[in-house]
Amino acid sequence: MKRLLLSVLMVGLLAACGTTPKEKEGAAVEDRKPGTGEMVDRPGVKPAEGQPLKDKPFAGGPLTDPNNILSKRSIYFDFDSNLVKDEFKPIVSAHARYLQQNGGAKMRIEGNADERGSREYNLALGQRRADAVRQMMQLLGARSTQIETVSFGEEKPQAMGHDEAAWAENRRADIVYQGERGLPRDL
Amino acid sequence: MSIDRLHPVLCAVVLLVSLALSPVSRGALTIEIVGSGATQFPIAVVSFRAEEGLSQPLSRIVAADLARSGLFRLIDSGGMNPVPHEPAQLNYEQWRARGADAVVIGSVSRLPDGRYDVRFRLMDAVKQAQLAGYVYYARADNLRLVAHKIADLIYEKLTGETGVFATRITYVVDRGKRFELQVADADGYNSQTILASNEPIISPAWSPDGLQLAYVSFEQRKPIVYLQSLVTGQRRAVARHWGSNSAPAWSPDGKRLAVVLTKDGGSQIYLVNAADGGNVTRLTYTSAIDTEPNFSPDGRHLLFTSDRSGGPQIYRMPVTGGHAERLTFEGTYNVSPRHSPDGKSFTFIQRSGTQFNVAVQDFATRQVQVLTNGGLDESPTFAPNGKLILYATGTRGRGVLSAVSSDGRIKQRLTADAGDVREPAWGPLQK
Repeated sequence: MKRLLLSVLMVGLLAACGTTPKEKEGAAVEDRKPGTGEMVDRPGVKPAEGQPLKDKPFAGGPLTDPNNILSKRSIYFDFDSNLVKDEFKPIVSAHARYLQQNGGAKMRIEGNADERGSREYNLALGQRRADAVRQMMQLLGARSTQIETVSFGEEKPQAMGHDEAAWAENRRADIVYQGERGLPRDL
Repeated sequence: MSIDRLHPVLCAVVLLVSLALSPVSRGALTIEIVGSGATQFPIAVVSFRAEEGLSQPLSRIVAADLARSGLFRLIDSGGMNPVPHEPAQLNYEQWRARGADAVVIGSVSRLPDGRYDVRFRLMDAVKQAQLAGYVYYARADNLRLVAHKIADLIYEKLTGETGVFATRITYVVDRGKRFELQVADADGYNSQTILASNEPIISPAWSPDGLQLAYVSFEQRKPIVYLQSLVTGQRRAVARHWGSNSAPAWSPDGKRLAVVLTKDGGSQIYLVNAADGGNVTRLTYTSAIDTEPNFSPDGRHLLFTSDRSGGPQIYRMPVTGGHAERLTFEGTYNVSPRHSPDGKSFTFIQRSGTQFNVAVQDFATRQVQVLTNGGLDESPTFAPNGKLILYATGTRGRGVLSAVSSDGRIKQRLTADAGDVREPAWGPLQK
């Protein structure tokens, strides 16, 4: 809930910021669409008075900056699969790069499975998903000692329904960095 | 003639029950029976003398136990004048006229030290002779156990099989944000919470002596195997390695546990000491998922689930490691194996289409019998006499426990007052 409020607040701030640049002459500021959360190139804008809030770096750091791909923590899987699909590779490689650049950083990858079938077998399936993500990160430069993989199996579902939509959301690996409590939701 | 019996054994049991930690509560599970055995033995259980004032209606508990087994037909025991409590008071013609082949009579009296003297006799209505008779001394809080032991003796005398009415079961209750590992009598009464947690608990397993439970808890945000004493409530983590730790199974001598660890990459089966989690010995060396180990009663083999052939199937391997023999070949998904107490068969879950059901396979003949059609069945566990299989079922989100006889005829449904019940394990016979 807090995360939702924070994101709403951010969207509100960004929307407010979006109007200010027109008042400033000479500054090459791109139009920005409020609420998209994209990284925006801002050449030539000086961080002086009257500058919009958008120039202030996000206080939480890149890992929780909703503008940063590193805030995306979930990789979703197909049924009975632990293959990391192409659409999630950018997320995995961004985190791998972060680990490579921050040798002291540690993460835990939590694997999950949908509710169908044996609990212990599902625990092992979730584990396999977490391991698949770690393997990819190691190939991209992260050290194995920076990544612990664990599984929740079917025990901590994100979606509480009993249909394919819920099951798809629960076939998932989540990235949690050391020191973080709970799991930030994707925005 | 009557035999004074089991006094020292009962004292040990009384001690055990009284040391259990949480306060005892009323039945948290209610049980209904569907189906019956091929033949039912007609028996009448008469109210025991002086049992009306007791906290526990002894004869009713005995009758309910016998009825719940599906092997007895309870004959109306009321309306006799006088109500018989001694053999001399029995009018056998009247009982035969009602259709009873046996009659249970008994009495309760208070001892000077506050305990109760409970005695009963099982009388053969045809031969007009006593089949069994025993005396128990017990405190008030152990009267239910006495009734269960009486039912066990009657069951054994008339069926030739060991009774399980005096055993206990464990299971997990999911209340949404709260999880409780509970232990209850086999009839659902006296549930006690062994562990309450905000995080899930799975895979409880009884030690062979019934004094400890192994289980997997997620309270540290990853699965860890704990052993907890049911006598003292103390517990210790017995497998807390890098990665996930799960699927505890006790060796029959209680000294080792088989567990699944992912510390070396992938879910693999290991043995560890029950005492201290030490002497970690790896048993499987595959890149597949190997999980759900279960010891044979002679301690020499393990059944387990492996997807080394592409999908999960059941295998058997020597406990010393080595070659694993595949046992299941029907369908693409066979999991959760548990040996029968006599070691001649195993129960498991078989998926057929989208339906998950309880099945049994005979080791010698390899024949499979599917016992249920619930479609969402999991975690089958044998009663220690091998006659019943307890398992989790129900609809998604509203789990209940059910039991089915090993021949598939008798079905029982156990529902909890509130919450979603799963992960049952049947406790051992109390020696």
